[in-house]
Amino acid sequence: MSDINETPDEAGDTGHEWDGIRELKNPIPRWWMVSFYASILWLVLYLILYPSIPLITGNSEGLLGWTQVKEYKDGMKEVEAIRAPFEKRIKELDVGGILKDTELSQFAIASSKVLFGDHCAPCHGSGGQGTSGLYPVLVDDDWLYGGKIETIVETIAEGREGSMPGHKDSLSQKELDDVVKFVQSLSAGSFYAPGKKVYLGETAGEAECAGCHGEDGKGLTDFGSANLADGIWRFDGTQEGIMHTILYGVNEDNPDTRKAKMPAFGEKLMPEQIKKLAVKVHLLGGGQ
Amino acid sequence: MSENIKEQELAELYSESEYWHVNLGETTIHAKRISGKFRNIKWIIAAAVYLPCFLVPYIRWEGKQAILLDIPGRKFNFFSLHIWPQEVWMLALLLMLFFLVMHAVTSVAGRVFCGYFCWQTVWVDVFTWIEEKLEGPPVARVKLDAAPLSFHKVKIKAAKHTIFLLLGVFTGISFISYFIDVYDMWGYYFTLSGPKEIWITILPFAIGTYLGVAFMREQICFWLCPYARIQGVMSDADTIMPTYNFKRGEPRGKIKRESGDDEKKLGDCIDCSLCVAVCPTGIDIRHGQQEGCITCGLCIDACNSIMEKVDRPKELITYISLRELLGHRHRPFYKRGRVLLYFAIILSLCSGIVWGLITITPLSLTVIRERQPLFVMLSNGDIQNKYTLKILNKSNSDIDVAVKVRGLRGAVLELRPSKITVPAGKLKKVTAFVREHRENIDGKSTLTYFKVENMKNKKMRDSYKTVFMGPKR
Repeated sequence: MSDINETPDEAGDTGHEWDGIRELKNPIPRWWMVSFYASILWLVLYLILYPSIPLITGNSEGLLGWTQVKEYKDGMKEVEAIRAPFEKRIKELDVGGILKDTELSQFAIASSKVLFGDHCAPCHGSGGQGTSGLYPVLVDDDWLYGGKIETIVETIAEGREGSMPGHKDSLSQKELDDVVKFVQSLSAGSFYAPGKKVYLGETAGEAECAGCHGEDGKGLTDFGSANLADGIWRFDGTQEGIMHTILYGVNEDNPDTRKAKMPAFGEKLMPEQIKKLAVKVHLLGGGQ
Repeated sequence: MSENIKEQELAELYSESEYWHVNLGETTIHAKRISGKFRNIKWIIAAAVYLPCFLVPYIRWEGKQAILLDIPGRKFNFFSLHIWPQEVWMLALLLMLFFLVMHAVTSVAGRVFCGYFCWQTVWVDVFTWIEEKLEGPPVARVKLDAAPLSFHKVKIKAAKHTIFLLLGVFTGISFISYFIDVYDMWGYYFTLSGPKEIWITILPFAIGTYLGVAFMREQICFWLCPYARIQGVMSDADTIMPTYNFKRGEPRGKIKRESGDDEKKLGDCIDCSLCVAVCPTGIDIRHGQQEGCITCGLCIDACNSIMEKVDRPKELITYISLRELLGHRHRPFYKRGRVLLYFAIILSLCSGIVWGLITITPLSLTVIRERQPLFVMLSNGDIQNKYTLKILNKSNSDIDVAVKVRGLRGAVLELRPSKITVPAGKLKKVTAFVREHRENIDGKSTLTYFKVENMKNKKMRDSYKTVFMGPKR
């Protein structure tokens, strides 16, 4: 405001004139020139210090040697340096030892988030909620093969494949109806006597259910046979669902059979990664 | 005819511009210093407000700095009180309170803040005092400025600017001392070490103080300060401000001893211009209230000293409202609607802050419900919900916490870890499983409350409302 030029004509003009508008020779404001030169200086410094000049095979490196990738790698090194002691202990300790150490299990849970998302979540859901009728729930307290931490490690490393014979040909319709009612009554806490004979294989059909599922129907973790006496169903708890499972079995050689196969991750994943996942699954809520 | 009127109006409109000088800082204002009532008030307020500002960081409380804005720790220590970012709404209220107090004060008594409390005007006052000690009174200063470069001039100027720069740096350091333990801070400065922030932060303060106070001075008030403009529009005809009583003063004129007749026609103002000479912003108060007036009252001191000498009544320039000056009755502030409205808002802001301070609890709970899955059916038929409890301990000692769940009939609560100790100033995450019999749940979701309390002090507690989810019935 104080720069208002009272005598604009004093400096003369350049001789350029368009429609009566002349170009005067007045100097550009000083602050403007100062910032102009400062930005030129900035440009020169930037060119020298940072990678900026494109060359035929790449670009100038700049005195500071800075690159985005390098900054990223430095950052990652920093992160890995913080993680290193934890990773070392996870490698050294057995999985039971990790589970006992609260801090270490917290680390295992936090650092296995991506692993879980990549390898487990596609079937078992991002929160371990399973997929109804297809893939088991990981957050409940019901385990086909056992919920001990060592067993979970085994399951992840070696995979699991359920098996149950289909009884389409061996059971009569009457026997089938009876055993379905019996299995339903098991989990309801009541008891349907006629079906028990079929269950124990004492009828003509020779079902031999108890051989795998146990006389009390609680299942045997050694076989991975489901607990029939609890409130959780591996496949389908409706009358039709139970009947379907008994008729066509699990992993049998017929198109209607139930499928229950978990791949082995032992070759895909490092032992410490499996340990981390096992700790995470164990602490989801149902670990024993 | 109508054109004549228009021209006349225009002429009146521009008549002011003849004496209206826009101060753009071409000439440095060297205000004269004279003693008086407002001069003393200015010093007393400056000492009472600004000395504590520099000294407060050195106060210790419970082994720590009493007032500390701990940015890395993300909390504000105020004696025994620790305010966390969660309570930042109180800061909002506090800032609104400051703003409204300024409005209220301005509408009652003008730019009191500018005149007596503003950091800029107080610091300019201190700087010019130093200037006067080094370079002499205003006349000498103007002479020195105009004098050619000499060893004497360089010596004085160098000394002055060194002191100014040092004061700027000290200002920066004093600001930083609110953000870092002050004794650590001096340690860092003397050993040239410490975090780079404490070195970098000095710069804007040192440079800002040096440029703003040593060079720009009243230009800041004129052209940069938004508060000056905001405050300017807060005053009205009822606001009491330093005002030249033109009824008494005009027509102004020098006293002529010989002709007694002329003297009688003249007003009390003897046109000595001392009121202009003492003004730190270089305005002439006799032109009426204006944007440059910071209402410091120094012209009142000046005029009164002259009136005393010429044996005329004092208070030719005085604190008075425009309404009273024009002969109407003065309206006291408690009869003015806007002032009362300001006070009502101020009162509600104060009560908000007080309520906030009373209800701050050192223990705070947040509950996050697990949503994948929403609930889990257990093998015995029960339903399980999973929650993550985030328990925050804002106090200075570790707290053993008890957790309870309310709102469910037969709920079993399992905590991991089962014994919870929240370390001082830390957040603890706890996983909670709640199990409930299926028949105890009426609908799809049931209102549930988590409660945490200090096991040793039951009054220290917090609760959080959430839901317990189950299957559709």
